[in-house]
Amino acid sequence: MNNLQIVWLIPFLPLIGFLINGLGRKSLSKTLSGIIGSGVILGSFILSVWVFLQVKNGNTYVAHYYDFINLPSLKIGFDFQIDQLSSLFLLIITGVGFLIHVYSTSYMHEEESKDFAKYFSYLNLFIFSMLLLVMGGNYIIMFIGWEGVGLCSYLLIGFWFKNNDYNNAAKKAFIMNRIGDLGFLLAVFWLIAKVGTADYHVVFENVHKLSVTDITGITMLLFVGATGKSAQIPLYTWLPDAMAGPTPVSALIHAATMVTAGIYMIARSNLLFTMAPATQTVVAIVGLATAILAATIALKQNDIKKVLAYSTVSQLGYMFLGLGVGAYTGAVFHVMTHAFFKALLFLGAGSVIHAMSGEQDIRNMGGLKKYMSVTHVTFLLGCLAIAGMPPFSGFFSKDEILAAAFANNPVLWGVGVLGALMTAFYMFRLYAMTFLGKFRGTHDQEHHLHESPAAITIPLIILAILAVVGGWVGIPEVFIHGGHRLEAFLDPIFAGSKAITTQHEMSHTTEYALMAVSVGGALVALLYAWNKFSKYEKSTTEDSSIGKILANKWYVDELYETIIVKPMQSLAGFLNNTVERKGIDGFVNGIGKAVNYGSRQIRFLQSGQVGTYILLMVVGILIMFIIQFLSK
Amino acid sequence: MFGNYITIPHLLIFVPLIAGLIAFLIKDESKVKAWSLFAAIVTLGVSVAGIYFSKNNDLSGLTFGYEWLKYLGASFAVSLDGVGRILTLLTGLSFPIIFIATNNSSYKNPHLFYGLMLLSLAGLMGVFVATDCLLFYFFWELALIPVYFLCSRWGGEKRIQATFKFFIYTFAGSLLMLIGIIYTYLQTGPTAFAPHSFALSAFQNVLLQPAQQQWLFWLFFVAFAIKMPIFPFHTWQPDTYEQSPTAVTMVLSGIMVKMGLFGVIRWLLPIFPAAVLQYDNIVIGLCVIGIIYASLIAIRQDDLKRLVAYSSIAHIGLMCASLFSAKQLAIEGVMIQMFNHGINIIGLWIVIELIERQLGIRKISQLGGIANKAPILTISLVVIALANIALPLTNSFIGEFLMFAGLYQFNVWYTVVAGISIILAAIYTLNMVQKVFYGEVNTLTVATQEIAFSEKAILAVIIVAIFLVGLFPQPLLQLTNESVAFLLTKLK
Amino acid sequence: MPINYYIFLSLAVFCIGIIGVLTRRNSIIIFMCVELMLNAANLLLVAFSKMHHLVLGTNFPTLASEAQVFVFFIMVVAAAEVSVGLAIIVMLYRNTHSVDVNFLNRLKN
Repeated sequence: MNNLQIVWLIPFLPLIGFLINGLGRKSLSKTLSGIIGSGVILGSFILSVWVFLQVKNGNTYVAHYYDFINLPSLKIGFDFQIDQLSSLFLLIITGVGFLIHVYSTSYMHEEESKDFAKYFSYLNLFIFSMLLLVMGGNYIIMFIGWEGVGLCSYLLIGFWFKNNDYNNAAKKAFIMNRIGDLGFLLAVFWLIAKVGTADYHVVFENVHKLSVTDITGITMLLFVGATGKSAQIPLYTWLPDAMAGPTPVSALIHAATMVTAGIYMIARSNLLFTMAPATQTVVAIVGLATAILAATIALKQNDIKKVLAYSTVSQLGYMFLGLGVGAYTGAVFHVMTHAFFKALLFLGAGSVIHAMSGEQDIRNMGGLKKYMSVTHVTFLLGCLAIAGMPPFSGFFSKDEILAAAFANNPVLWGVGVLGALMTAFYMFRLYAMTFLGKFRGTHDQEHHLHESPAAITIPLIILAILAVVGGWVGIPEVFIHGGHRLEAFLDPIFAGSKAITTQHEMSHTTEYALMAVSVGGALVALLYAWNKFSKYEKSTTEDSSIGKILANKWYVDELYETIIVKPMQSLAGFLNNTVERKGIDGFVNGIGKAVNYGSRQIRFLQSGQVGTYILLMVVGILIMFIIQFLSK
Repeated sequence: MFGNYITIPHLLIFVPLIAGLIAFLIKDESKVKAWSLFAAIVTLGVSVAGIYFSKNNDLSGLTFGYEWLKYLGASFAVSLDGVGRILTLLTGLSFPIIFIATNNSSYKNPHLFYGLMLLSLAGLMGVFVATDCLLFYFFWELALIPVYFLCSRWGGEKRIQATFKFFIYTFAGSLLMLIGIIYTYLQTGPTAFAPHSFALSAFQNVLLQPAQQQWLFWLFFVAFAIKMPIFPFHTWQPDTYEQSPTAVTMVLSGIMVKMGLFGVIRWLLPIFPAAVLQYDNIVIGLCVIGIIYASLIAIRQDDLKRLVAYSSIAHIGLMCASLFSAKQLAIEGVMIQMFNHGINIIGLWIVIELIERQLGIRKISQLGGIANKAPILTISLVVIALANIALPLTNSFIGEFLMFAGLYQFNVWYTVVAGISIILAAIYTLNMVQKVFYGEVNTLTVATQEIAFSEKAILAVIIVAIFLVGLFPQPLLQLTNESVAFLLTKLK
Repeated sequence: MPINYYIFLSLAVFCIGIIGVLTRRNSIIIFMCVELMLNAANLLLVAFSKMHHLVLGTNFPTLASEAQVFVFFIMVVAAAEVSVGLAIIVMLYRNTHSVDVNFLNRLKN
C-alpha cells in the first residue's frame, strides 16, 4: 500500500477541529478553542508539506477509501487524488489557512467565547471542505467540497447574524454560487451520460471519444460553475458584498482560497478545455472583461475592504485570462502569489480596521504610517507585489499570463496591461490614503491608534516575505535558464494539453519589451497615485458623471434587481395569488360550488307535500308504461 | 390457521393494528402515549428485522398468501421486496420519532388520537407489503381513513374545509383506481379457484392492448398523482398540511406521499409499461412544471407549514419525473430519496412544531432572531433545511444527484429546467432561515426558550441519519438494486 | 263470465283510488282510496286465480288455493295498516286539529 494512503488525515484533522469547537463551544475557553482551531490546521499543514515532498519525489497516488456510490451504471469512489496540482493547493490552503487562523485568535478576541469557538469551528469546516475540493479524485468529491466551501462562506459572511445587511450579503453569496453550481452539476451529468464516470483519470483518458459539441458544452457548463465560485462576470457581484464577514474570513475565503476553486477546477480539467477552443476564447474574454470591469470599479471605492474585494475580482479575471490563453501554469502560479499578497493585504487591512476601531472608510484614515510600522511596511510590500513590480511575486506570475496573452492575441495583452496600470493606480491610491498624509479621523480614533499584537503582525511578516520571494519559483526563461521550477513541477499535469497545442516561441527581445511596457506603465500609475493621494483632503465636491457610475459599480446590482429579482418575485406572486388561488383552487372549489348549487335547486322537489310525491310516483309509473309500450 | 405462517410482513401489519385497537381502550393520556410509543418501537424493530432476515429481493421470498376471498381470486398475500423494505423502514422509523417529538403536545381524547395513528400505521405498512391488488386497495383506504378523522377532529381552525378537500381529492382518486383495478382484474387469467386473480403476478402478466393500457394508465396515475401530489392535483396539500395537527402532517408528508410513489413503482410501471413509455413526456412535463411552479410559490409563502408543503411538492415532482424517465440512476435516486425526503421533512415539521408550541405563531413575517435565544434549535433547523435543499454530504444530495443524472439521460432540457429549482430552493430556504432565526428578536420571539433534552435527542437522531446516509449511501442503494433492475426489465 | 269484466272493474276501482289519493286533501278519504286500490288488486288476484283454476286445477289443485291465500294476506296487512294509519290520523288530528294532509309538509317541528 502506498504511504500516501494516509492523506485522509489532512482533511480529517480540520473536521475534528470543527466537531470539537462546534460541540464544545459553550465549555471551551477562548485560548483552548483558538489552539485547537489553529493546531489542527498546523497538523494538516505539516502533513501537506510531507505530501508535497513525496510528490516532488515523483510519488503520486489516487487513494481509494470506499465506494461512495456503486451502481451497475455508475461507480463513484470516495477517492483522494494526490498529484502535483493538488499538493500545491494543499500547501497554499493549509499554509495560508494556518496563518489566518493564528491571526484570527487575536482579531476575533473581542467576541464572546462561544461565538469565538463557533467562528473557529466554521473556519475549520471551511478548510475541510476546501481540502475535499482539491483532493477529490473525481468531480463528485470536488463538488462536495465545492458546495461545502459555499456553505462555509455563507455561514461566515453572516457570522454576525443580528445584522440583516450581513445576512443579505451571505444569502446573495450562497444563491449566486448555487447558480454556478447548477452549471457544474449539469456538466457532471453530461460527463456521466457520455463517459459513464466522473473519475478524473477515466474522463481524461476517454476525452478523445467525446464529440466537439460534448466537450464544448461540458467545458462551458464547468466554466459557468467557475464564474459563480470565482466571481466572474456575470456572477461576480456577491464577492464585494461578502466583505460583510470578519476580515480574516475575507482574507482566507474571499481572496486566497475559495475563490480560486474555479481556477483549480479548470486547471484540473485542462485537457477538456484545451480541446474546446471555443470555450477557451469565452474564458479568456470573460476573464479579461472581469479584470477590467472590476479594476474600474475599484478606482472609486472608499471602503478599504471593497477596494481589495474588487481587486480580487480583477486578479481572478487575470487568472481566467491565463487559463483561456492556455497558460495553465501561469494561472496556477498567479493563484499562489495572489494567495500570498492578497491574504497579506486583507490581513493588513484587518489590522488597520482594528486599529481604527472598526472604521473602514479610507477617507477617514491617513497617516497611519507612523502609528503602525509593521502593518505599513508589509502592506506596502503587498501593494508592490500586486502592482507587478519586479522582483516581487506578482510581477512574475502576472507577466507570465500577459506574455501568454500576447502570444495568443496582442489585443488581449493590451487590455490586460491597461488593467495592470489601473491595479497599480488603485492599490497605491489605497495605500497613500491609508498610510500617507495626515490623519483625518476623529480624535477618539487617533487616541486609540496602535500597532497590532504579535498574533497579527507575525502572520503579516511571514506573508510579506512570501509575497516578496514567492515569485522566485517561477522566474521566466529569459532571466535564468531553468528558472521556472514551478512549471517543471506541474509539467505532468499539463503535459496532455501541451502535447496538443502549438507552442508560441517568443524572441527574448519581445519578452523584454513587453515587460518593460507593463512595468513602466505600472510604475507611472503608481507614482501618480502616490503623489496625488498622499495629499488627499476630504472634499465635498461631486464626482464627475463617469466617477459616479464607477462609484456605483456600473449599477450592475440595480440591473440584476430589475431584470431578474423583481420579475421573479412578481411571477411568484402571480402564481401564488392568481394561478394557484383563483385558477387551480378556484377550479376545484368551483366543482364543489356547482354541486352545491345543483343540489340546492333539486331540493325544491322535496316540497314535503304528500300529494306531490304521489303525483310524481304516478307520473313515473305512467312513463314506465309508456316506455314499455313504445319499446314493443 | 396462521400457525407457522406468521411472517415479518404480517407482523408489520398486525402489531400496529392490534396495538391501535387496544389504544382505543386506554383512556389515560400518559399511558396511551407510552403504549403507542412502545407499539411503534416494536414495529420499528420488526421493520429492521425485515431488512436483516430477508436478503433476497425476490417478491416471492417473504411472501405468504392465504386465500382471503377465495372465489374472487383475492388472497392475503404480503411480501417485502427492496422498495418495501426501504419504505417500511422509513415508516417504522418515523412513527417513534413522531410520537416522541409530539409527546409534549396534548390532544383531546388521546385514546382516539393514538388509536387512529396506529391504525394508519398499520394501513401504511399494509400498502407497502401487499402483493395482492385488492389487499393493496384495502390498506390504501385503511391508511387514509384514520387521517380524515385525525384532521377533522384535531386540526386547526379551518380543519373541516381542509379535510373535506383532502377527502374529496383522495377519494376521487381512489375510486378511479378502483375502476382501474376491477377492469384489470377482469382481464386476468383464471386460477385454481377463481376465474380471475388479484395477485400482483397476475396483474404484471396480464395481457392488455395498448388502447386499454392507455386509459387504465390514467386511472391509476391520477390516483397516485393526487396522493403524491403532482401539479395540478396538489392544491389539497398545503391546506391539509396547514390545518392538520403536526403529528398528522408528519405522517402525511413524510410517509403518505410515498404511497403515491410506491403505487407508481409497484402497480403502475410494471403493469402498463407500454402506456408509461407513451406518456412519459407528458408526465415528466407536468412534474417539471410543478417543480418550478411550487418552488416559485414557496418563495411567497408566509406560513412556515405552507412553505414546507410547497417545497415538498417540488421535491416529490422531481421524484415522480425521475421514475418516469425509466433510467437506472434516476430510479435508484428515487428509492433512496423516498427515505431521505421522509426523514428530512419530518425533521422540518418537528422544528416548526417546537416553534409553534412555544410561541403560538408560525408566520415568517412575525418571527425573527430565534438564533439568539435557541442556538441548538437553529443549528438543527439549518442542518435539516440544508439537507432539504440537497447540500453535499447530506442525504438528499445523493438522491437528487442520482435523479438529476438519470433525468439528464432522458432529456437534457427537462433537467435544466428542473435544475433551476435547486437555485429557487436555496432562495426560499435561506429567506426563511434569515427571517425566522437571524436578526434581532422581536416582542413575539423574545420569550423563546432553548429546547428540551428529549427534543434535542430526537433532532440529533434525525441529523445523524442525515449525515450517515449522506456519507455512506451505498447500503441503502444496495437494498433496492434488484427491485430497480426488475422495473427496468419491465420497461424495456 | 269472461275475465275482461273483472279486469275492467278492478281497473276502474284502482283509478278511482288513484284519483282520490291525488286530488283529496282529507287524510281519511285518502286512506279509504288507498283501501280501494288494495281491494282492486285483491279482486284481480281472485279473478286470475279462478281463471287459472279452471285450466290447471285438475292437475295442480294446490296452485289455485295458494293464489287465493295471497288475498287473505293482503287483507290482514290492510287491516294492520288501517289500525296504524287510523292511529296516525288521530295523532294528526290531535296536533293540528285537522285531517288535512297539506299541513304535513315538514319533517321537523
